[in-house]
Order: sequence, then structure tokens, then C-alpha cells
Amino acid sequence: MASKSHEGVAVAPPPLELEREPLVHNRRSLGWLSDRISGIVEGKTPLWWWVSFAICLPVAVLCPLMIGYLIVTGVGVWGLNHPVAWGWAIVNFVWWIGIGHAGTLISAILFLLRQKWRTSINRAAEAMTIFAVMCAGIFPAIHVGRIWFAWWLFPLPNSMGPLWPQFRSPLLWDVFAVSTYFTVSLLFWYMGLIPDLATIRDRAKGVVRKFCYGLFALGWTGSNRHWSNYEKAYLILAGLSTPLVLSVHSIVSFDFAVSQLPGWHTTIFPPYFVAGAIFSGFGMVLTLLIPLRTLFKLEDVITVRHIELMCKVTLATGSIVGYAYFMEVFIAWYGGNPYEAYAFQNRALGPFWWAYWIMISCNVICPQLFWFKKIRTNMVYVFVLSIFVNIGMWFERFVIVVTSLHRDFMPANWGDYTPTYVDVLTYVGTIGFFMTLFLLFIRFLPLVAISEVKGVTPAADPHHPAGGSRGEGH
Amino acid sequence: MNGEDLHYGILAEFDTPAATMAAAEKVRDQGYSRWDVHSPFPVHGMDEAMGLKNSQVGWFAFLGGAIGFFGGNLMIWYMNSFDYGLVVGGKPLYSAFSSFPVCYEMTILFAAFGSLFGMLILNRLPRLHHPLLKNRRFAQVTHDKFYVVIECDDPRYDQDDTHALLREAGSRHVELVRD
Repeated sequence: MASKSHEGVAVAPPPLELEREPLVHNRRSLGWLSDRISGIVEGKTPLWWWVSFAICLPVAVLCPLMIGYLIVTGVGVWGLNHPVAWGWAIVNFVWWIGIGHAGTLISAILFLLRQKWRTSINRAAEAMTIFAVMCAGIFPAIHVGRIWFAWWLFPLPNSMGPLWPQFRSPLLWDVFAVSTYFTVSLLFWYMGLIPDLATIRDRAKGVVRKFCYGLFALGWTGSNRHWSNYEKAYLILAGLSTPLVLSVHSIVSFDFAVSQLPGWHTTIFPPYFVAGAIFSGFGMVLTLLIPLRTLFKLEDVITVRHIELMCKVTLATGSIVGYAYFMEVFIAWYGGNPYEAYAFQNRALGPFWWAYWIMISCNVICPQLFWFKKIRTNMVYVFVLSIFVNIGMWFERFVIVVTSLHRDFMPANWGDYTPTYVDVLTYVGTIGFFMTLFLLFIRFLPLVAISEVKGVTPAADPHHPAGGSRGEGH
Repeated sequence: MNGEDLHYGILAEFDTPAATMAAAEKVRDQGYSRWDVHSPFPVHGMDEAMGLKNSQVGWFAFLGGAIGFFGGNLMIWYMNSFDYGLVVGGKPLYSAFSSFPVCYEMTILFAAFGSLFGMLILNRLPRLHHPLLKNRRFAQVTHDKFYVVIECDDPRYDQDDTHALLREAGSRHVELVRD
């Protein structure tokens, strides 16, 4: 009779309609997951991969070509001039770094919020983050004018005194924010890869393959003593990346907000930039993953529910961005500053009105369509809308940078801005560079976190019948 | 007893996390100390089943973070105030406020290094040659199988008793692993 008290109260299983949709469809086994996901890396390279690679690589080459031309000739090859001294380069920098934010949001913030669905998409999103931050980092470095002095950005000893960087400048804060962001994202991504590299090592047929993957797997044996430290380190990295991801775009926004320029000098910038970054990042994750899940037949892992949930995040952040646009305009009027009021009137009705209205339609109106389940579950619609999100967010940065600069306090200082072909091709080149790196990633590394997805299936739960439990509990 | 030197330990294979956990509890209750459970993913509750204490990675991260924050402040004070002070716009040479964004980023950077390297140090990784990695059967550990491994070095290790214990715990495959 004494043992009876240990058994506890019997709880009936929840009714079927309350059961959550499983994260992996068709009751796929643990073995199926490693076979399918590692199979992408091990199998024959598909034809579409070669075709995409053949397109992306020459486009990527444009980037070093244009940068070489810029260095050899000088910044005059860009459309920059007085008064618009920050043109496409800064627009592209902010756009790329914003895209990067979704990866860290998915890997860190959703981890802390125990959103288990993140496991199917976090690896690809983190890879996207790293490549996007690499593209972003190119622009400020080539924007300094005398590129051979770009190392002055870093606190390195030199023969000029030594003359140190100016730590009171938000531009220098940005150097630290972006380089920290890149490094921490890379560490987080690599740590997540260790168990999966071990999976590929253990499946490898050839010696070279076994050696290469084995080297980077660091001798991982899946030991529970190791897992215990690993999970703690993962939790701490997630806890560190959460304030990091919020700080990086806040600091990027300081580049603008700390200045005195109407249209830039607003306190709403940090949260508004962070929301916009996550919005654009989810747009890019959707653009990349919707074709990939079909091409690699991963519909059971990256399910329609995953896409739907990402659409909902896009809707939420898109609505925050819409609110921020409204509030900026409201404060410009309510604040009573004539320069501020003019800056916003000029944005909507001035010579760059088209950029402002592209931004409004792509960022405010488009995501509102995600209220409808029919649209969220239709992959074609979601894909098209995700492209609009990417376009809209590029125009947002264009509006902020160019329209604020081209007409400031004194009409004598007003001017126009047109990019040159070098501006355009450098930007196109970074898109090629990004896509080339992403194609290499999906070919050589597992694009879904195998061990993490295994961990959220019922077969991994020791208290679930699929995990071998006979219902005694612990 | 001389033959034992050739062996690393004894390995028992399990098919499900629940069976592995039940076996781990048995091994723990027998008082073994040099043993481990290997699984393709972290099994929730296995730390308790093995009797493991809370991981110490946090101390490494904390140390890294503290070095980052105070090191960052020290660097900025040294560069902008002590070594080569330049007055810009009448602002103080060193201020905790304008230094904060950079120190904040450095805190995160060094704490992140602390947690990754702390994890590797505590796990004695990288270790590219391990007796278990030479075992053909053990390659399934990253696929869908679970293993309980008891090392020969364990003071309670006895080839026959340990073998029997793992059999009793429900493993259908128990084998000796060569060193």
C-alpha cells in the first residue's frame, strides 16, 4: 500500500483536438531524420544547384571587381556628393545587417521562449545571418574613402602617437557591435554544428570525408556528460545573443539618431530599427526556405506550420514597423519643429516620393495580408510577399538615408542624388556573394539542425510511448 | 586481470531514451563513477538519472564577461584619456556613458568565448582519438541508438558483474570496447 502514494494521480491524456500538431510530420523516426538531412550533403549534387551556382558565382565576382575599380579610381565612381554623402553603401550596409537579425532571433530569443519549432529552421537562418553580416561588413569598410586606412577603425597600435580611435563616436560603437555580432553568431552556429558534424563523420564512407568532418566535430561522442555542459553553454550563448541582437541594430540606429539631422534625430530609432531588422530577416528566411524545403523534400521537417509561424512573426514585426512610421510622422507634426515637419513632408511628397510609397506599400500593407490563413499556408503567396518585404526594407533604408540628407536646414545646401552603375553592381555583387555562400553551405553542411530536431520528436521523450515509456513515469 | 588493460570499457546498446534512462538509474544506484551515457541528442532528465551536478560552464562565461566589461573600460580610458587625450566638443575624455556601448559589446563577446571554450575545456575536447570512435557499432550513436558505457578504470568494475548488470538493465547488445 505504501508504494501506491508514489504512483501519484492518474491523469487522462488530453483530448485529440487539444493535441498540438507535431513538429515533424508523418511520425518520421530518428534514423529517417539523419538519413534525409545528411543525405542532402552526401548525395549527388542536383542539377539545379549547379545551375544556381553558375549564375551566382559570376554575379559574386562583380563585387570584388567593382571594389577594385573603386579603390583604384576613388570614391568619385559612386553617386555620393554633397549633400548626400551616405548613399547606397550605407543603405546596403543597414539592409544586410538587418537581414542578419532573424537568424539570431530564431536561435537565441525563440530558444529562451521555448519555441521548439525553431529547431527546423535555426541552422539555415544562422548561416544566413553570418553571410548577411559578411556582406554588410564590406560596405562600411569600402565607404571610408581611403580604404588602405580602414584598419584605423580598430584600436591597433600605430606610429602616429599612437593615435587611437575616437570611442565617443557612434560610428566606432558600430565597429564593435558588428564585429561582435559576427563573431558571436559564428560561435553559436559552429557550436550547434558540432553534433551534426559528428553525425556526418560517423556516416562517412571515404577517409578524406571522415577526416574533414571529424576534425571539425572535435571528437564528439554524444556523451551525456558532454551534453550537460553543451546545453548549459548553448543556454548561456542564447542568453548573451538576446541582448546582443537587440543592441546591434540599436547601435546601427545610433549612427543616425545621435546626429542632429531632421529625420534622423529621433528617440524612436532603436526599437524601430530592431523591429524592422527582424521583419526583413524573416522575409529573407522565408525567401530562402520555401524553395529549399520543396527542392530537398523537407516538407515533413519544415512544415507548413513552420512557414505559418514565420509569417506571424513577420506580421507582428511588420505591424510594429508600420506603427513606427506613423509615430514618426505624428511626432514630426506634434513636436512643432519646422525642419522635422518639412523632412517628413518631403519624404512623402518630395522628389523621392516614390521610394517612400514603395516602402509604405511593401512594409505596411503587404504583411497585413498575413492575417489570412489562406495566404499564410499558400507557399507561392508567402514567397512573393517575402520578396516584397525584402524590397520594402531596402527602400526604408534608402528613404532614411537619402531623403533626410538631400534637403536639410538650408535650401542653399539642397541637392539631388543618383547612384552610378558602380553603386548598383556592387550591391548586386553582394547578393551574388551571399547566394554563393549559401549554396556552398547547403551543399557541404547539414541545413537543418539534425540533433535538435531529433530532440523535439516524441521518440526523444523518455516519458512518451514513442520514446519507450511504458507509462510508469519517473 | 592483465587482459583488462587492453579494454577501454564495456558498452551496452539501447533502442529508446526511456530504456537508456532506466539503465542509467540502475548504474547510478550501483555506485559507478567512471561511466557515461551516449545519445544522438540530449535526453531530458538524463542528468538526474545519471546523478550529474549542474554544469560549471556559467563560471567561464561570467569570467569572460567580467574581463570584457572591465577590460573594455580600461582600454577606452587608456586610449582616449591617459595615452592620447583629445578634447572633442568639450566632452570629458573618459565617460562611463559614452564607453558603455563598446564595453557592452565586449562583455558579450568575451562571455561568448568563455562559454564555448568553457564547454570545450570541461568536456576535454577536442579529442580526435577516442576508443569509442574506433568501435563500428558505436557509430550509430549519432544516428538513433543509445549507449551506456562503463569504463574498466571504474573501481566497481568487474567484467562479469558489470556485464550482467547491463544485460539485466535491458540491453540486447553488450560488448567490450578495445582501448
